[in-house]
Amino acid sequence: MNKPEKAAREPLFHIAKRNGIAWWKAWIIRGVAIIASLIVCALIIVLLTKQNPLEVYGAMIKGSFGSQRKFWALLQNLAMLLCISLAVTPAFKMKFWNLGAEGQVLFGGLCSMVLMFEIGDRLPNAVLILAMLIASILGGVLWALIPAVFKAKWNTNESLFTLMMNYVAIQLVSFAIMVWVPSGSSVMGVVNASTKAGWLPDLFGKKYLINILIVAILTVVMFVYLRFSKHGYELAVVGESENTARYIGINVKKVIIRTMILSGAVCGLAGFLLVSGTNHTISKDLAGGNGFTAIMVSWLAKFNPLLMVITSFLIVFLQRGAGEIATNFNLNTSIADILTGIIIFFIIGCEFFINYQIKSTKSGKEGK
Amino acid sequence: MKKFSKILAIFLALALVLGFAACGGKGEPTDTPTAAPADETTAADANAAYANIKIGLICLHDENSTYDNNFIKAFKEVQAELGLADSQVMIKTNIAEDDACYTAAAELAEEGCNIIFADSFGHETYILQAAKEFTDVQFCHATGTHAHTENVPNFHNAFASIYEGRFLAGVAAGMKLNEMIDKGDITAEQAKIGYVGAFPYAEVKSGYTSFFLGARYICPSATMEVTFTNSWFDIALEREAALKLINDGCVLISQHADSEGAPKACEEKGVPDVSYNIDTASIAPNTALISSRINWAPYYKLAIDAVVKGEAIPADWTGTIATGSVELLKLNETVAAEGTQAKLDEIMNRFETGDLHVFDTATFTVKGETLTTYLADVDDDGTFTGETEAVADGYFHESEFRSAPYFDIDIDGITILG
Repeated sequence: MNKPEKAAREPLFHIAKRNGIAWWKAWIIRGVAIIASLIVCALIIVLLTKQNPLEVYGAMIKGSFGSQRKFWALLQNLAMLLCISLAVTPAFKMKFWNLGAEGQVLFGGLCSMVLMFEIGDRLPNAVLILAMLIASILGGVLWALIPAVFKAKWNTNESLFTLMMNYVAIQLVSFAIMVWVPSGSSVMGVVNASTKAGWLPDLFGKKYLINILIVAILTVVMFVYLRFSKHGYELAVVGESENTARYIGINVKKVIIRTMILSGAVCGLAGFLLVSGTNHTISKDLAGGNGFTAIMVSWLAKFNPLLMVITSFLIVFLQRGAGEIATNFNLNTSIADILTGIIIFFIIGCEFFINYQIKSTKSGKEGK
Repeated sequence: MKKFSKILAIFLALALVLGFAACGGKGEPTDTPTAAPADETTAADANAAYANIKIGLICLHDENSTYDNNFIKAFKEVQAELGLADSQVMIKTNIAEDDACYTAAAELAEEGCNIIFADSFGHETYILQAAKEFTDVQFCHATGTHAHTENVPNFHNAFASIYEGRFLAGVAAGMKLNEMIDKGDITAEQAKIGYVGAFPYAEVKSGYTSFFLGARYICPSATMEVTFTNSWFDIALEREAALKLINDGCVLISQHADSEGAPKACEEKGVPDVSYNIDTASIAPNTALISSRINWAPYYKLAIDAVVKGEAIPADWTGTIATGSVELLKLNETVAAEGTQAKLDEIMNRFETGDLHVFDTATFTVKGETLTTYLADVDDDGTFTGETEAVADGYFHESEFRSAPYFDIDIDGITILG
């Protein structure tokens, strides 16, 4: 503002790509972004709801940490979102736009439910659960493999293909429920409530502990696979440049198909955990949109499974906080969604400032 | 870079200070609503019995769904009437019909709710699970089917004889059809109604059949086409369904699906519309005819009073016109045919005296024959076979053996599309 006449002649700032940034600087920018987002949210809270923003933030924290049950629910939701995020990560790292996680989870879950509902009373529980696990994984693999093969053989567009596979899975689930529930209510309800056949058991009396442990192990395994294995290296190269991959002798088709098998298998596992370890029912909302949220989790963490623990925590924390705010302050959940949107916008937006810097034109000339 | 960081830091520091100043400044008016509950508490002193209770409500969607809004609105009315402070009322919206429902119910119980209501059919098994765990909390599930057989003392179902409300709405529709015929807009044979249903489920079938019987009671040549969206709430699908029915020659539309998609489509096309659970006169002033609604307030009050007095809540409760549970929303005089209100009053009286029955077997046929016997699937035991004789004394006894509807017969005169 000191030299308006100069600014009129040439722009005050220009944008330049950074050549890398110290990790602690990046985290300072992220921290500043979060604080800035909270300030904007505070203004919105005050303007729209006339509530005290600090109380609202308090409620948000309470939504995740307010009681033992809330904390376990947080861990469970986090585990499910993380599991699906882990599933989509190898595919996205390979730049295979797998928008079909929702359907892969759903079809995997459906495979579990078929066994649980049809032969739940005829097998010993351990055998049944194992069979369900295998069926779910195979189901997820099948749902991912179909678009992968088409992509590898005929170079079809995988985004559209995987997206459409979601609708096929939704219709199949609706059809199955119609067959199983002839009353037409479209509601399965809890299956095998009395026998608990096909239900993952509680571990140390904790309902979701098995889910959480399985996903925790999977996170580490996926990290090692992507970082240290030959497979992980190959899919990263395919993602960067298919031509380079071909040049150095990587069989691109094989890598695409192999990676999608992995992606589908983990989605199938998520379907199994949701049916057998969580809901004990199936509906077309089984994945609950997590198949898409997972993409954001994965990208935000730059495909690093360990960082994904943090990003999925963030998303789930915001979701649970949103519900808590709505209940405590008698608000529509939309306001909570608006706040969540603002926070995520700032977090994604700050990546711009990590990758680029804004230089003042003057200092640029001075060579600083 | 360094310079930019500094600028950024200064800007953010300023924003922070201003932000908190803004919070502080506006913090004062925030206190006024917090102070208000104190006043409410004084009001509550009048009925001090309610001062120590806490009530919870679990909803599948939020206020944007006419179905859930109907529950939430009545809940807030009861809150005001009983003088409950905001801290005594907890509403959880957008709770899916899965484990999240159990978690929500358990959280409400742990946060001190004495009585918890849930509004969606698919919530039932999860509410039941919570009821078995929290035995000192009362759980009231609307539209459910299990309470009369489960024998869990703190688990209850409720519904209303909304088929009577539907019949009345049908009467208003029949009057309108007759007016259209008399004016020469349509011939008697063209008096075809279109109905947007959610799922081919007893609750929906009972609803559209009673609506149709009401219309045909007035306009004998009426027929009806039904199409299902296979979703309880889908604005686009319901709109499309309504447009399809209108293109098909339907001259009046009604619905059992929870969005405003169909009423808005009708307003565009100028086709009279009978809605459910909401007053659509504001969004469709020229076509909205009437709407029937379940008023949940009487049930909330009955159940809350029972908790306060330490009495038992009925395991399965059916609200009626007499209890105030079945309501007709205001008739839109600009759309309705002349004399409609008088006719509605007359028929409402006949329902109350028991002189008229909606499912009178003399008024409809099934595959050309009069219905003399029907085993209804009243006990929801997972077998999906009927076990209760529902036809007696010349009519089908709906909502008498359990509150949730179980009339699921396809009668002549109604065509199901697709």
